[in-house]
Amino acid sequence: MSYRASIVSFPEIKEPLLNKRTSRDKNKIMTPAPFDACDLEGLDTPETLPEIPDVSQVETIRHFTRLSRLNFGIDQGMYPLGSCTMKHNPRICEEIASKMARIHPADDMAMSGILEKVFELSGYLEEICGMDASTLWPAAGAHGELTAIMIIKKALYIRGEPRRTVLIPDTAHGTNPASCAVAGFRTVNIPSGDDGMLKASILKEYLDGDVAGLMITNPNTLGIFENEIRAIAAMLHENGSYLYMDGANLNAIMGITRPGDMGVDIMHLNLHKTFGTPHGGGGPGSGPVLVKKGLVPFLPLPDITHTDNRFSLGWNRDTSIGMVHSSTGNMAVLIKALTYIYSLGAFGIRQAATMACINANYLRARLSPMFNLPYPGATLHEFVLSDRDQGKNQVTTMDMAKALMDYGFHPPTVYFPLVVHGAIMIEPTETEPLEELERFAQAMQAIAETAQEHQESLHNNPVTCPCERVDEVWAARNLVLTWDME
Amino acid sequence: MNIPTDLRYTKDHEWVRIQENMATIGITDYAQSELGDIVFVELPEVNTSVKKGGVFGTLESVKAVSDIYTPVSGVITKINDQLEDEPELVNQNCYDKAWMIVIRMDDPAEITALMDASAYEKYAGAEAK
Amino acid sequence: MSFTCETRASLETLLNTIGIDKKEDVFSSIPEDLLFKGKLNIPEPMDEEKIRRKMDFPVSGTIFAGGGIYRHHIPSAVDALTARQEFFTAYTPYQPEISQGTLQSIFEYQSMMADLTGMHASNASMYDGATALAEAALMAIRKKHVKKVFVSRATNPSYRAVLQTYLASHVDVAIIEIPFDPKTGRTDMNTLNETIDKDSAVFIQNPNFFGICEPMKEVSETARNAGMWGIVVNEAISLGILEKPGAFGPDIVLGEAQSFGNPVSAGGPLLGFMCVKKNLLRAMPGRVVGLSRDKNNTQSFCLTLATREQHIRREKATSNICSNQGLCALRAAVYLNLIGPQGLRDTALQCAFGARYLRDQLMDKGINTVFSGPFFHEFVIRMDTKKRKDLIKKGIVPGVDIQNVYPEIPDGLLVNVTEMNTKKECACLIEHL
Repeated sequence: MSYRASIVSFPEIKEPLLNKRTSRDKNKIMTPAPFDACDLEGLDTPETLPEIPDVSQVETIRHFTRLSRLNFGIDQGMYPLGSCTMKHNPRICEEIASKMARIHPADDMAMSGILEKVFELSGYLEEICGMDASTLWPAAGAHGELTAIMIIKKALYIRGEPRRTVLIPDTAHGTNPASCAVAGFRTVNIPSGDDGMLKASILKEYLDGDVAGLMITNPNTLGIFENEIRAIAAMLHENGSYLYMDGANLNAIMGITRPGDMGVDIMHLNLHKTFGTPHGGGGPGSGPVLVKKGLVPFLPLPDITHTDNRFSLGWNRDTSIGMVHSSTGNMAVLIKALTYIYSLGAFGIRQAATMACINANYLRARLSPMFNLPYPGATLHEFVLSDRDQGKNQVTTMDMAKALMDYGFHPPTVYFPLVVHGAIMIEPTETEPLEELERFAQAMQAIAETAQEHQESLHNNPVTCPCERVDEVWAARNLVLTWDME
Repeated sequence: MNIPTDLRYTKDHEWVRIQENMATIGITDYAQSELGDIVFVELPEVNTSVKKGGVFGTLESVKAVSDIYTPVSGVITKINDQLEDEPELVNQNCYDKAWMIVIRMDDPAEITALMDASAYEKYAGAEAK
Repeated sequence: MSFTCETRASLETLLNTIGIDKKEDVFSSIPEDLLFKGKLNIPEPMDEEKIRRKMDFPVSGTIFAGGGIYRHHIPSAVDALTARQEFFTAYTPYQPEISQGTLQSIFEYQSMMADLTGMHASNASMYDGATALAEAALMAIRKKHVKKVFVSRATNPSYRAVLQTYLASHVDVAIIEIPFDPKTGRTDMNTLNETIDKDSAVFIQNPNFFGICEPMKEVSETARNAGMWGIVVNEAISLGILEKPGAFGPDIVLGEAQSFGNPVSAGGPLLGFMCVKKNLLRAMPGRVVGLSRDKNNTQSFCLTLATREQHIRREKATSNICSNQGLCALRAAVYLNLIGPQGLRDTALQCAFGARYLRDQLMDKGINTVFSGPFFHEFVIRMDTKKRKDLIKKGIVPGVDIQNVYPEIPDGLLVNVTEMNTKKECACLIEHL
């Protein structure tokens, strides 16, 4: 198998752990010393120095620069990680957020300006989603889910109906049942129909007086729009239950259709997906929660209040679930999301969703002749292939994912959703040009062809990355989690 | 597929070795190969009472967690500590070194509900398809 | 400005390949009556200069506020290194072969946090100190089946509030506040002695919210009788001069490490951390990076202990946490290496010196601290709201107003000094009092 020249090349540097370079007094930093030494009366301070590496500045800079070169980010190439919406991260957002770095939350004057801006953001998010009110404090998507589920729990409690069951479709993200469990609900899995959609007729069999709500993702993790959603919402409301929407896939529909209009009562967003803020290699994200009127009394504390153009935090809501974050969430991420919305405007938001779906459907059209597409119905911003055809030649989804790295792509999401055998979940996003989509399609085609003729070579990918396949079994059996355990 | 003839089996792919009123329990060759590389075995404490059909422990591979079910009711008298440090024994030697627990049975008659080797071979063979 | 790339020509290719006539047809699976026909009430697209003008945030010049979020020197290289796109535009490192940069830096972060706290292991980060405390309490409930969670009233009030929220569904678990001594500001462990048993979890913050250092030896002698006990570190810089929390034998050390290279940023992002003893490793929430090797035996790293997590164990997971504060943890790792052991100690010492300097100046002015206990870099005085607001109007933030959260301390103001303050700033505050 010959490799197309990868656009990503990783250095062949083995970068040792930084503790290997430590040596007493190597670090010559001059830290600020505005005050004179004095007696630290009563304070017990051992003479020993804290146990961190003693290295020079240049070594630190080289170390982390080298490490960065072992990573793959969006700026290097396409990152079609399904359900994660890895779109371009505009730099203006970073620049604007850096302006707020020195604002302390106790600085009421400066905070008024920031709160005014994030209040404005919450208005736009509510407009895009067709919801009535929101909280911006949850620090990530799963945190938003948990906040939302706690709101439902509180609403039911106040209503005098402590229901205990939340229904979750079999295509749901794993965070959904986990968030329910943290909030003390039991979860019941509902099977999707053969076409990958949740059916009102199936849901009906699961509804009873104990059902607090349904957590739905729309479009779902197969990329399919849940077209019975209105009927589903009506059925839930009839039953006194809430419809919760996981907004992870909002990028497919923003400006096109609104969850509030579908009958959704409460939802969360992932600003680090839909609204272009970077994911930072695992956060900080942001997971605002939006609600319809009836759930406003239960939103977490604080809220944002304003009088005479002065914005501040309000603490007067007796029925609130309480605080979910020690401060007011990932404020810098909120400011980045607002900057993103300013850049796009109403038209750009709609255009982003449209091109996200067109790009995904282009790839789907290009790839479906070569791969099994288990759910052939219409899809929006992402689609899911299976490894059924390649599996006949003992080539797995994992083999193909690793092979993509050698073509200079981050692999798609793999083995999720669970309803698809060897799932390959592809979400190109709106910010990929046609040329890049085509290059990806050709890489997939080459892999599909290799799977037929030279399948054994696929078991060895990747070969152009900083390391070959990592032995996750070794890691789990040995559990070396710090350099002291090495 | 290795299925020793002197053992009894469950539909959840546990094996049971009976010695008087004591039952030694582990998982079958079929089960370990389906689970892949086992990286952690979680077992209960000695003296725990268990009910037939309940969960007594879990097996973890890198990407999955599986419950292990109790084939008979009784009290756990021994557990295999070695599996804590060497979970790979489950893959290497599932019928011998990777025994998991010993139960003093409340009702030895419960074992009649278990499959013998030939019945299990048929059952596991069907499941493999 | 839009970040899509289509042209008239490329759009034609895209639509032809899909087999649709016009762009909107890609949404044909959405029921007609659900399509949004209106115009979103969102401003017209803006160019970058316009955005710059709209998003300008003036900052007060003189700040003596901490209260869980602290201003510290951030070496220039922290921004330079963490702004590398390979780090900040990457997702969670699910594919280890092309994420070794993120993975190794998190492994180093875990190592340094475990070393600094004196604990066995650390996770890859939590949202903030408050959720770290809440998750620790959930761990105690899950793993040790505790029925009582004792938490000092001198623990950051926001942390206690979040704890309350998270534990609301555990109706059979009581949160019990341990009072503090109104003279010293230290947690009153005497009231605790009789009530602690294996059914309880105990969490003590040190230095506590008032800046007071707790008598940790005494605390540990009582707390060790609990089913699980933890030390909350609200100000990570204190690890530069205080005894390692792990030395007192807690099961868990958790808290806030924003001070390590992360700006105050209007309150977030913050950096929650959690470090545990070995026996709690599998009960710990959050991501963990482990050392591994590839098939050529090359040292490499990957996420491990994944079976605890939501994407595998779903409703039985140790937590629902998925995204954490990865980039903030990276900033902490870079910061700690740049500042080094002597720099960290000197920074902590400067905070302590500065706080005493301002305390003395205030005393000369007749303003005394409310508590007598030994403090690190923060102390409580009394100042009425009007005075505080006047000062803020003059660009001086004299501290964090705590009278609403501690009604028993009327006019309570929590004053903080770090190495970012100067003698001149102290003089400025004194002058305007």
